[in-house]
Amino acid sequence: MSTMLHLINKSPFDRNALDTCLRLAKTGSSVLLLEDGVYAAMSGGSYAKAVSDRMGELTFYVLGPDVSARGLDDKPLIDGIDVVDYGGFVDLVVEHETAQSWL
Amino acid sequence: MEPWEEDGPEVVKRFMYVNRRAPYGTIYALECLEVVLIAAAFDQDVSVVFVDDGVCQLKKDQDTTAIGMKNFSNTYRALDDYDVEKIYVEKESLEARGLTEEDLIIPVEVLAADQLGDIMAQQDVVISS
Repeated sequence: MSTMLHLINKSPFDRNALDTCLRLAKTGSSVLLLEDGVYAAMSGGSYAKAVSDRMGELTFYVLGPDVSARGLDDKPLIDGIDVVDYGGFVDLVVEHETAQSWL
Repeated sequence: MEPWEEDGPEVVKRFMYVNRRAPYGTIYALECLEVVLIAAAFDQDVSVVFVDDGVCQLKKDQDTTAIGMKNFSNTYRALDDYDVEKIYVEKESLEARGLTEEDLIIPVEVLAADQLGDIMAQQDVVISS
């Protein structure tokens, strides 16, 4: 099976892209939270459980510049989420066979 | 006297601006802030509400250097200079996002949904974005 990178750029509180992604993404694939998607990465937020429930099956990443832009550097991320920069974003796209943007 | 001033004493209406979007991901937050600052010049009864992802607009310590966008969060501090003093934030929206009043860039009044609903019901004009 091909490895897939799922890109979530919408707030989980505004759109159901993350919900559907977490429902459909197969074990072994990766999820990158970026732009307004970074709100899903906050351990104090109400989406922490939905993300944590698939931690281990999926690899989660969050785009650091979008976290900083939103003033969230002082807010703890969900355990196990890796922070990447734009270079890391490019690496993820290259490392996975397919990238899917959930719009 | 201008034609629109002939109707006697000035009528003051209650205007409420409801912010429901996160900053930067879309243009709604910045546009609404600009509308509020323009509207504040008209001496009306203005209140500004932050609910749902709108509460994220007020998160302090925003740093947009790395995303190449303008950080407009400091502009919320100007609301006070424009005599916009009724700023309400919904408690439930803050809690769902792991935020507290201490996380916000300006002083606000945090209200539970039923209290906020009461104030909303008293408005003459409600503009949401």
